[in-house]
Amino acid sequence: MKIAPREAYGRALVELGRENSEIVVLDADVAKASMTVLFKEAFPDRFFDLGIAESDIMATGAGFAVAGKIPFVNAYANFLLGNGWEQLRLSVCYSNQNVKVVGHNIGASSAKDGPTHLPLEDIALARVIPGLTVLEPADAAEMKKAVRALAAFAGPAYMRVGRMPVPVVTKESDPFVLGRANICRAGRDVTIVACGCMVAKALEAAELLSALGIEAEVINLHTIKPLDEDCLLASARKTGAVVTAEEHSVRAGMGSAVAELLAENCPVPMRLVGSRDVFGICASYEEIQEYFGMTSAKIVEEAQNARKMRFA
Amino acid sequence: MDKKEQVLAAAARTAKNMRRSIITMTHLARGGHPGGCLSATDLIAVLYEGFMRVDPQNPRRKDRDFFFLSKGHAAPALYAVLMEKGFLSPEEITDFRAKTGRLPAYPSCELTPGVDIASGSLGQGLSVANGVALAARLNGTDQRAYVMLGDGELHEGQVWEAMMTAAHFRLPNVCAVVDYNKLQLDGPLDEVKTLGDLRGKWDSFGWHTLEIDGHDLDAIYDAFAAARDWSEGPTALIANTVKGKGVSFMEDEVGWHAAAPNDEEYASAMKELS
Repeated sequence: MKIAPREAYGRALVELGRENSEIVVLDADVAKASMTVLFKEAFPDRFFDLGIAESDIMATGAGFAVAGKIPFVNAYANFLLGNGWEQLRLSVCYSNQNVKVVGHNIGASSAKDGPTHLPLEDIALARVIPGLTVLEPADAAEMKKAVRALAAFAGPAYMRVGRMPVPVVTKESDPFVLGRANICRAGRDVTIVACGCMVAKALEAAELLSALGIEAEVINLHTIKPLDEDCLLASARKTGAVVTAEEHSVRAGMGSAVAELLAENCPVPMRLVGSRDVFGICASYEEIQEYFGMTSAKIVEEAQNARKMRFA
Repeated sequence: MDKKEQVLAAAARTAKNMRRSIITMTHLARGGHPGGCLSATDLIAVLYEGFMRVDPQNPRRKDRDFFFLSKGHAAPALYAVLMEKGFLSPEEITDFRAKTGRLPAYPSCELTPGVDIASGSLGQGLSVANGVALAARLNGTDQRAYVMLGDGELHEGQVWEAMMTAAHFRLPNVCAVVDYNKLQLDGPLDEVKTLGDLRGKWDSFGWHTLEIDGHDLDAIYDAFAAARDWSEGPTALIANTVKGKGVSFMEDEVGWHAAAPNDEEYASAMKELS
């Protein structure tokens, strides 16, 4: 079953809005794409369209938080974090305001819109800011829990939400704790750390590797910051080879965060799957993922490479 | 004395004390931006003496009014009024730009009581004020949000985004004050990048716009009162000010945008402000 993360997000916001009257939703003229339109229809008084003004919307969100509200601030990820970065840094994070920043159409998921609309740098922009929690749920089931967890914790956070339908691979019963990675497949030969839609591809890759006699451990790193250091280090120590997979550039993204941790504490051979210093193309979702190497086949290849480096 | 006379008398005292504090802070710290503090001083003094509903015993009181110093480099002016109103103790005057203490070079809401948002990166305060005002409307309260903007700060595009937001949502509890001292770091504002018909610009964005002498306490009082009584939408006060106001050798001198008075200059300024 495939569900678009944004649909799950829109529905989860409505549920949350019903339970908590302090939730407000801000959007920058993309409510129909971000699916915050569902919240707008349910709670018109608590929905604010700030127009195409990402710098303004970010700091306005901070103002709502100053007055005690819990704002969810929405726009396309690269425009929101690009145009609103300094506002995110100063008015939200340095000011420690309880703002939930939600970046949409992430990675390759706006597909045929092409290079201008493919956010491949937003994890990098978010995770360099002190105190900002960074999330990317794996699928629709996890999205629902993530939205709830965001509202329940007091502090600034950034969450990535994809546009295209992706497989649901987590279960309702799986735990979701901010900062606590989930091991979704145990293995001893190589560790695959994935976030977002790449978790499904990592699980596919693990099956392919298993057929080759390599048992992969798959970690769903839904919280990219703060990192679940204990979980990552334990797995790296066990397997001695790590592959990361993200719908983002490998420059300063999730894989880089894992690499920083391992380089300092447990340097093992590592390969990073994601885009590599390119902007992208106009093509179908699958074609662009192929172009970037965001595929299960690429994860399999890099898992083998990491193991070769280990035994070299 | 009626309320206005009382406020004006208090504001005159507060403004004078603020100016002495600003000079002292920048002198002791060997840094800071005295020129743009002194131009904003009278406006801030009248605001806090006559209009802000705040509680130094409980700075985060739920029903408080908000003041956002969007031109964060005027932090000493903010710290000075917070000292006058009892949020900070007078001994903290030595802590401006110090490694420890509660008075960093630019305002921090995590460190300083009475500060609700950090500033220092220009252009953000009006957006924050709009957020607060929209929240107050949702909560059904009459809380007001005041923002102090620099004139050079108006070069930031975000300010114009936020002007549209406040006008679109018709936020009468937002009041923006432009400290129009006509000098900025690189020189006269009209040489760096002119604001043109500034009043016309605010007007055309849908704001209730008043132009005042930013050092005439009586006029400042009337303007804040008119803003409070205006129910149609946001009010902008374009306050014509003099950079360095109150210290003769600093007045209208671009060099005092970012410079600290040395020992002699300090003594001379304090004598003028005695």
